[in-house]
Amino acid sequence: MSELGTLLKKNVREYGMYIALAVIMAVFTILSHGVFLSSRNIVNLLNQTGYMAVLAVGMTLVIVIRHIDLSVGFLSGFLGAIAAVALTQWNWSVGVTIVFVMGLGIVAGLLTALPVASLGVPAFVASLAGWLIYRGALMLVTASTGTIIVPNEAFNALGNGYVPDIFASDMFLPGLHKTTLVIGLIAIIIYIISQILDRRRKMQYKFEVLSSGLFVAQLIFVSVILGFITWILAGYNGLSWTIVIMLGVVLIYNFVTQRTVLGRHIYAVGGNPEAAELSGINVKKITMIVFASSGLMAAVSGILFTARLKSATPQAGQLGEMDAIAAAYIGGVSAAGGVGSVMGSLIGAIVYMSLMNGMNLLGTDISLQYIIRGLVLLVAVIFDVTTRKRAA
Amino acid sequence: MSDNILEMRHITKTFPGVRALNDVNFEVRRGEIHCLVGENGAGKSTLMKVLSGVYPHSEFEGEIILNGKKVEFKNIHDSEDAGIGIIYQELALVPDMTVYENIMLGHEITRGMTIDVQEMIKRSTELLKRVRLSINPTSKVKDLGIGKRQLVEIAKALSRNVQLLILDEPTAALNEDDCQNLLEILRELKTQGVTSIMISHKLKEVLSIADTITVLRDGQTICTLDRQKDVVNEQVLIKHMVGRSIENIYPPKKSKPFKDVILEVKNWNAIDLKTGRKVLNNVNFKVYKGEVVGLSGLVGSGRTELARSLFGNPDGYQVSGDIIFKGKKQRFGHPRDAIRAGLAYATEDRKGNGLVLIKSIQENISLANLQKVSRNGVINEELDKQTAMNFVDSLSIKTPGIHQLVMNLSGGNQQKVSVAKWLFVEPDVLIFDEPTRGIDVGAKYEIYTIINDLVSKGMSIVMISSELPEILGMSDRIYVVANGTITGELDGKSATQEVIMQLATQY
Repeated sequence: MSELGTLLKKNVREYGMYIALAVIMAVFTILSHGVFLSSRNIVNLLNQTGYMAVLAVGMTLVIVIRHIDLSVGFLSGFLGAIAAVALTQWNWSVGVTIVFVMGLGIVAGLLTALPVASLGVPAFVASLAGWLIYRGALMLVTASTGTIIVPNEAFNALGNGYVPDIFASDMFLPGLHKTTLVIGLIAIIIYIISQILDRRRKMQYKFEVLSSGLFVAQLIFVSVILGFITWILAGYNGLSWTIVIMLGVVLIYNFVTQRTVLGRHIYAVGGNPEAAELSGINVKKITMIVFASSGLMAAVSGILFTARLKSATPQAGQLGEMDAIAAAYIGGVSAAGGVGSVMGSLIGAIVYMSLMNGMNLLGTDISLQYIIRGLVLLVAVIFDVTTRKRAA
Repeated sequence: MSDNILEMRHITKTFPGVRALNDVNFEVRRGEIHCLVGENGAGKSTLMKVLSGVYPHSEFEGEIILNGKKVEFKNIHDSEDAGIGIIYQELALVPDMTVYENIMLGHEITRGMTIDVQEMIKRSTELLKRVRLSINPTSKVKDLGIGKRQLVEIAKALSRNVQLLILDEPTAALNEDDCQNLLEILRELKTQGVTSIMISHKLKEVLSIADTITVLRDGQTICTLDRQKDVVNEQVLIKHMVGRSIENIYPPKKSKPFKDVILEVKNWNAIDLKTGRKVLNNVNFKVYKGEVVGLSGLVGSGRTELARSLFGNPDGYQVSGDIIFKGKKQRFGHPRDAIRAGLAYATEDRKGNGLVLIKSIQENISLANLQKVSRNGVINEELDKQTAMNFVDSLSIKTPGIHQLVMNLSGGNQQKVSVAKWLFVEPDVLIFDEPTRGIDVGAKYEIYTIINDLVSKGMSIVMISSELPEILGMSDRIYVVANGTITGELDGKSATQEVIMQLATQY
């Protein structure tokens, strides 16, 4: 038990977030008499989270290197509108449109980063300029037509569609999405195998590993959770494309930040820019890359949002940057730099969206909703700061 | 009958692993100019920080008696209220505010709810007159030269009815005229009853102004000399400042003749574009393969600037001259280029810009050479860990594991992590800036052993150090830096502390 105890103590910040999410979900489930945890609502909740989660992922790295990007909200709105125009007025194919919009997102991120990296303009100001510019650009694009309706079904599926059930059957487990079950099962198997391989490799190098009892307990615990999520998703329409894209983005970013040279460099720049520079890391280049990634995530977010609404509106993306910043902070990123994970920000986004979703279910007044969201953000950050102090 | 304004008795102040002050006694008579001299690290600044309340009463042993009364300062405000004013090397003025705003900062004169600008300007003008500075009090501090800023700083102290003025190397950054002017003003303040304590490295100026001189060495009072009673000259002071024999704290090393020049720097100049100051002036030196070259000099002499300007010039100085490295003329535009070519620089400030404190030992060690533990940009986690564990073993870094955050290590172990990081890039030349600053004697010995081991394997080490015994004990050859240029080259075996001190205080 003492091993479990030290494990908990060491990772109190990380586990705290998961526990908070579980508590929030339990409270809403009880208050809504089970509606909150229904398959339909959970799928809906994750679909709502999608466009915000990808923004939060991009924002996380920006905050890790001690900057901020206020431009991403309206940038995502603007890029979503460009996608709508490309599809409806230029008659571009869905593939070309998506690649083009993502390219624009990267360019926009680089433009924000340029004065920051080369002249030392504060990112707050540089991206505030972007906030104004893209807001204007969004109004300009939608000025002549107002809301642009996108009738393209393939495109809209990104925001509303589901992975088709190739194993559909009325005989076996009726009412469940079989493909989703299969994917979930595969994910669990991959998880278990990779953990076992990882443990074996560590033992080969004689590194410290969990005791075998605790290791098995961990495998079972995570597998059960994965299985439970799969079961809930399969109970409605299964995996939506939005969830697939969101998970894909998080997995890729998680890999890049945890396993690659680029990831190490980003965290080193955040932890101590001067030391990073003197270690031969090009801080300017890292800054450009991180803002470009933020722009790219704004593009993905814009595409998801436009597809979800099946239209581009002049208000799209409004306050998106603030939601992303809140999600990142709830997820444990530190403004002092060098601390914060992509996975954390995903959980932060889900926590944040659970609050909105749950309070909507309960019919909470919108004014009260904002106040509660603010308090939760504050509590999360206070928890973060105090646990970090104790650890140091 | 002596009338002492200040007596500090049995002051002992320790930092983790270091005893900075050891039972120091220090007395200052009313109305005198008292100079405090000693090598870098002798404890002068620490003593003044104890006096001015930077280190609160609870953090040191001993007592302070001011005007015959025992005082216990909790912070700087307490000491200010008691009539002590301290002027630091780095000036504490707000550049974008005006002169009068700076002088009255924190003690603004008000009329009712509002600030009385007219009265403040009037008061400031009087104070500026006392330091003989004829400038408009409404001009901005950033438009003043460094010499004038120093005087504004003194005026600010005077505005608080200071009785005891402490100046920490006030003339270090000043030119000759400003120096003379400052000394003149200190003499004048003396006639007005202000007592001054001045820390200085410039012995000539100390001799020209001091009534009494106290020498500190290794955190202890060595002697207090009265100009009227004792014979005091530069030689006497230098002898007291360095007068310790080099004990057996340096591991023995095999000395062999050096043949191949690996690094040669010719006519090297650097100008700091932000201030327009020439930080390096026509520097020439060379390093042989397998050699330890000592770069000696006082703080601010340009040693670190020299190292950084060679190592990819991260400060963006305007540089000119030649670097001949491994037989080729080279210029490094970024630290990365220098590292790739085989030149490494371990910084003097390992916490500030050397290590990423919030990251683990493992992440810090491989940071400068991640290519070596990765393929196609993906890090091989096992190889990375193995690397860190090997260094932890070979350098005996004391830690519960390689995942330990660097900020939780002791100074000596942090320094070893820094060493490991630079060994991992396998440089030909390692510039090692203050390798033993702030670490205890045992860890020092280990660092020295590592250095000797490295040079025996063919690496060259340029060791920058403020500690003369260390320079003498470790170096094969020594260059002395003063005022941005090299003032002498000495053989490591025949050099003495006195000679180095003389070259280092040459202006």
